[in-house]
Amino acid sequence: MSTQEIGFVRADLLPPRPAPQRSGSAIGWIRANLLATPMDVVLTVLAVALLLWSVPGMLSWLFFEAVWSGENREACLTMAQGGVQPDSWNGACWAFVGDRFQQFMFGRYPIEERWRPILVTVMFIGLLAPILTPRLPYKGWNALALFVVFPILAFFLLHGGTFGLERVETPLWGGLMVTLILSFVGIAVSLPVGILLALGRKSDLPVIRLFCVTFIEVIRGVPLITVLFMANVMLPLFLPTGWTIDNFLRALVGVALFASAYMAEVVRGGLQAIPKGQYEGADSLGLSYWQKIRLIIMPQALKLVIPGIVNTFIGLFKDTSLVSIIGMFDLLGIVRLNFTDTDWITPVTPITGLIFAGFIFWLFCFGMSRYSAFMESHLETGHKR
Amino acid sequence: MAEAQPRTSSVSATDAAVDIIKMNKWYGDFHVLRDINLKVMNGERIVIAGPSGSGKSTMIRCINRLEEHQSGTIIVDGIELTNDLKKIDEVRREVGMVFQHFNLFPHLTILENCTLAPIWVRKMPKREAEEIAMHYLERVKIPEQANKYPGQLSGGQQQRVAIARSLCMSPKIMLFDEPTSALDPEMIKEVLDTMVSLAEEGMTMLCVTHEMGFARQVANRVIFMDQGQIVEENEPAAFFDNPQHERTKLFLSQILH
Repeated sequence: MSTQEIGFVRADLLPPRPAPQRSGSAIGWIRANLLATPMDVVLTVLAVALLLWSVPGMLSWLFFEAVWSGENREACLTMAQGGVQPDSWNGACWAFVGDRFQQFMFGRYPIEERWRPILVTVMFIGLLAPILTPRLPYKGWNALALFVVFPILAFFLLHGGTFGLERVETPLWGGLMVTLILSFVGIAVSLPVGILLALGRKSDLPVIRLFCVTFIEVIRGVPLITVLFMANVMLPLFLPTGWTIDNFLRALVGVALFASAYMAEVVRGGLQAIPKGQYEGADSLGLSYWQKIRLIIMPQALKLVIPGIVNTFIGLFKDTSLVSIIGMFDLLGIVRLNFTDTDWITPVTPITGLIFAGFIFWLFCFGMSRYSAFMESHLETGHKR
Repeated sequence: MAEAQPRTSSVSATDAAVDIIKMNKWYGDFHVLRDINLKVMNGERIVIAGPSGSGKSTMIRCINRLEEHQSGTIIVDGIELTNDLKKIDEVRREVGMVFQHFNLFPHLTILENCTLAPIWVRKMPKREAEEIAMHYLERVKIPEQANKYPGQLSGGQQQRVAIARSLCMSPKIMLFDEPTSALDPEMIKEVLDTMVSLAEEGMTMLCVTHEMGFARQVANRVIFMDQGQIVEENEPAAFFDNPQHERTKLFLSQILH
């Protein structure tokens, strides 16, 4: 055996060597990424041409030609139309947004009472910022304050009628304030309710399962507008005469239930991705059902479906603009309402207003999206290898 | 030996850790466990062997009710397993289990994996739970990994953590469901060493395993299962050197080269 011929035996192990240097220069990067093949060259030239063609015009319309201040529509009309601008002028009318900004934020909320929504906003940011920052302590108390104490305080502050505050009925609420209230309540209700529905749908108890499946499938199978109309028009028919439920509250319930059904399916997707071994590991240690769900299953399932959850949140945030159908004025609704305001009727008012509303929506949605990406990387514990 | 002598439940609870009497289980129409009779005394170490699909895992999973049996009786630590959830939880508190795929909780650190059940099930203060956890992590020789996540450990290390996690509940009985089958060959020994030292301390153990060296070294009894039945049951020396049943002989000839 010792005479066996061995072709190759390494005498010593190779030391590790540094990885090959990547060319750090900008020219090298451009060559490698933009001009590598003839096809790349063509695509790059086309892309640059497209940018050159579109961007300067856009910038000029949005900023350089735009009107930034003015008392009324004359500032944004050409001379031919009866305004002050030269006839060839075309640009955004930010003066309109500036003049109506308060209304876009608060709707028809009485001007002298607007400190109340502002105070609520300050409280909200003060509670939201720490709960979104992972390394700050007391998350439980923070959550209690944000999801239980804050809504009650906010309701009394905004609605008034007690503690010497003037009563402000919900039809006067409007603008971004309504959008944010609807979204906050929708988000705060839909996540826990969605989790319960998802668990119920996987329950061993037939009655609970049937209830959850029916709820999810009915709500999911109906357009949100229908739910809102039903809440608005149909609900009073079923209630005893003399009973009324606030319009705004109905919309809140409608939006929250609708989002819950979607959330339930997102969460169920996460539950299905958790291996059976995790349930068995928890069971074998003697954890109760709710301990198992809360400590083992949900943290993992929710982490897996963060993109889906945030997707639902973003969808919900934008869907709140549908409440304008039932006579409420959220941000988009109040912007559109102002298109017909004789003080500001100009050819560029609608497009300016829509760009503004779109930009505000985008800001919030993009913020949620970035935060979810941050959370995903923060919660990564290296088990995905 | 195919028909083990029927036992009554007259055995006092103090000396029998696990008593299984005429237990049957079906998956749909498939009869997975047939008339299982098995009594394990306190401090006894049982190795269960058999071909795949013979029902070994299913049987030990019935002992902490990860699987439900449909007829017969299972008494664990004096508690009969029924649909009563309270009783099931009581049994699970006293019975530790180590799985083939570890089943550590990937979102918790090693230390948190070990302290979770003592804190939530035994209502132990956090500091005390952590001290106990560190004690057992030292015993399985990985205290330095306490603040890492399971995904950062090797398979053998993860399985040792899983053993420590079970021990933190100070169980009276430990179940091992093929604890080394998912490990690289180089890591099997470190896990077996841990199990051997556990056996030396007198833990009641039921191990489903293909590690016949381990069976010879620590088992009081080896049980051989085939087609959902206990086919043969003997002391390790007799079991390996002088198997009685044809099926046992065939099995041993195939795994002992």
